[in-house]
Amino acid sequence: MEVGSPNGRTAEAALRAVSEPSRPVAELHEVTRVYRLGSEEVRALDGVTVSFGVGEYWAIMGVSGSGKSTLLNVLGCIDRPTSGRYVVDGREVSGMDDDALSELRGREIGFVFQSFNLIPQLDVFENVMVPILYRDDPPADAEERAAALIERMGLGDRMRHRPTELSGGQQQRVAIARALINDPPILLADEPTGNLDSRTTEEILELFDELHREGKTILMVTHEPEVGARAERVLHLRDGRIERIEEGAAC
Amino acid sequence: MLTSPLARAVRMGVKSLLLHKLRSLLTSLGVLFGVGSVIAMLAIGEGASAEAQEQIKQLGSQNVILRSVKPPDDAASDQQTRVLSYGLTHADRRRIEETYPWLEEVVPVRQLLQEVRHGTRVLNPRVLATTPDYLEVTGRPMMAGRFLSDADELGVRNVCVLGWEVARALMPLTDPIGETVKIGSEYFTVVGVLMPRVRLDDDPPEPGAETTGEVLIPASTGARWFGEMQVKIRSGSREIEEVELHEIVLAVRSPEEVDETAAAARTMLAETHDRRDYEVVVPLELLARAEETKRIFNIVLGSIAGISLLVGGIGIMNVMLATVTERTREIGIRRALGAKRRHIVLQFLVETVVLSVGGGLAGIALGLLIPVVVERYADLTTIVTPEAPILAFGISVSIGLLFGLYPAWRAATMDPVEALRHE
Ligand SMILES: Nc1ncnc2c1ncn2[C@@H]1O[C@H](COP(=O)(O)OP(=O)(O)OP(=O)(O)O)[C@@H](O)[C@H]1O
Ligand SMILES: [Mg+2]
Repeated sequence: MEVGSPNGRTAEAALRAVSEPSRPVAELHEVTRVYRLGSEEVRALDGVTVSFGVGEYWAIMGVSGSGKSTLLNVLGCIDRPTSGRYVVDGREVSGMDDDALSELRGREIGFVFQSFNLIPQLDVFENVMVPILYRDDPPADAEERAAALIERMGLGDRMRHRPTELSGGQQQRVAIARALINDPPILLADEPTGNLDSRTTEEILELFDELHREGKTILMVTHEPEVGARAERVLHLRDGRIERIEEGAAC
Repeated sequence: MLTSPLARAVRMGVKSLLLHKLRSLLTSLGVLFGVGSVIAMLAIGEGASAEAQEQIKQLGSQNVILRSVKPPDDAASDQQTRVLSYGLTHADRRRIEETYPWLEEVVPVRQLLQEVRHGTRVLNPRVLATTPDYLEVTGRPMMAGRFLSDADELGVRNVCVLGWEVARALMPLTDPIGETVKIGSEYFTVVGVLMPRVRLDDDPPEPGAETTGEVLIPASTGARWFGEMQVKIRSGSREIEEVELHEIVLAVRSPEEVDETAAAARTMLAETHDRRDYEVVVPLELLARAEETKRIFNIVLGSIAGISLLVGGIGIMNVMLATVTERTREIGIRRALGAKRRHIVLQFLVETVVLSVGGGLAGIALGLLIPVVVERYADLTTIVTPEAPILAFGISVSIGLLFGLYPAWRAATMDPVEALRHE
């Protein structure tokens, strides 16, 4: 299916990934994340070195507790590594203060969560607009962009509905629209289909495929091999270490 | 929608407070009652103190007033009728005039117990026999006609000046000047009317009742017709009191001389009177004492208001801390979507300030309403100074900021990952 996709970019990107890696958009060097519980130490990430290229589609897999969410949180700059270096778009994250990190999250990263994480008091439109509120330079056409994104997600008639009035799949679409409102280069998704049935899962995954074709870098945590099979590469974690990286799984 | 971040934060805050209307209402009650009671108590305190100061000022701040007081009863008082002679005398007055020639005025006042009638109307006002200088030392302005003159005094004329209250009660419809009133059994011509005493409430006196007003006649005329004796009926027994002068008002040139004059008068009276049948009233001292009382009142009031506002503030803080916990996940979401710490601080601080200012505004309304009700039903004068509502508003904003800071800081310093994990 990807080979036959309109511009054939997926196949091209996959080929390029094997031969000459594309420019990295996020790089980890010997990253560890250690939780200390009393005298016990939990090494949720233990020396992870990996480089994610622009426009690549990665799946992150591993058994429960292997550190997938921790990795994604570090990549999303909501968690800081205990040691090691993390570079986003050529910028070193380790030394940044909280404000700079927040700014980076708003501009460079779009989050999609397993439990959707919409704000229940706000309607669909307001939820999609939230990331705009925290920009120092909100674009003048933000409202039009939000409306267009909601339209694209097929929710044009649900603009003023509350999240509780939507199905799971619809809620996840709102969350994706919200992740896209600031047009970030990186999309992080932690089991985005974990709470959805198989049909809705398929719809959401097609949406991710589409975004990938548009050039977004997608890093998606998943349990299900068939979900991982749609990515270009699969990163297998085990006890906080990279077990192996499967190339070109999508081909 | 792309308005200023603050306006947006306020709108967001109001919206989220409206989600829990009852809770928000109950939370702001503390500030509401705190602010309301501050304004109301200030208004009542101001009113009481203004009234006291007005009364003291009417006595004259440059005066020292010597007053006759009945000495305490002596043991041998079981007679049916006795003559009690006490108080200030003309001799006192002469001695003062001779010993202290620097005094501006020395005005004798004798109070007569006489009925005043006009036609069928009868009043029992204070009838004062005094000299023309009385007007100047008391500072009372005339409303119509003239005051008693030296010629009236020398000529022992049957003329009188009515207080406005008396004039209105005796002859509500006619111009009192030139009318004749009967004082005791003598007829007097009205030559003037005094301005009413400054009273903020203005109920017309009922005809025939005791009034607050007075009737003034020349001292010489008073001495001629009514003598020095007066009969008072007291608890069934007849008691005859003999008092020459009820008051001697000493006026000095400047307030600095008041203390010295009061001390001199005290010394002199102590030498010449063997009983304490007089008192020395210094309006300036009373004024100072009234101001001190007001200061103490303000301190007590301030402490009570402070405590009630503190309790109100703690109530708000308590609810805000609960709100922050309740919305931990939302905070995590917002942080993941790019909210900086200051955005979160602003969000919760605005909510707290909206709560406290909402309570404060309602409290101001309550505080303005209470004095109106009090004036109406408790017959107290109240004064709402313009500073009071402004002060109250400032206080409620400060409470919001002060007590909102900690919950907002708690929200802003949460770890985003932990917050997102929160159920
Ligand atoms: N806040 C924390 N305190 C202590 N240990 C933690 C904390 N968060 C995660 N861990 C530990 O770190 C390890 C990795 O956790 P992580 O949530 O990344 O796993 P995961 O791969 O996402 O698992 P799952 O598939 O169940 O979501 C686990 O052993 C977990 O117990
Ligand atoms: Mg996980």
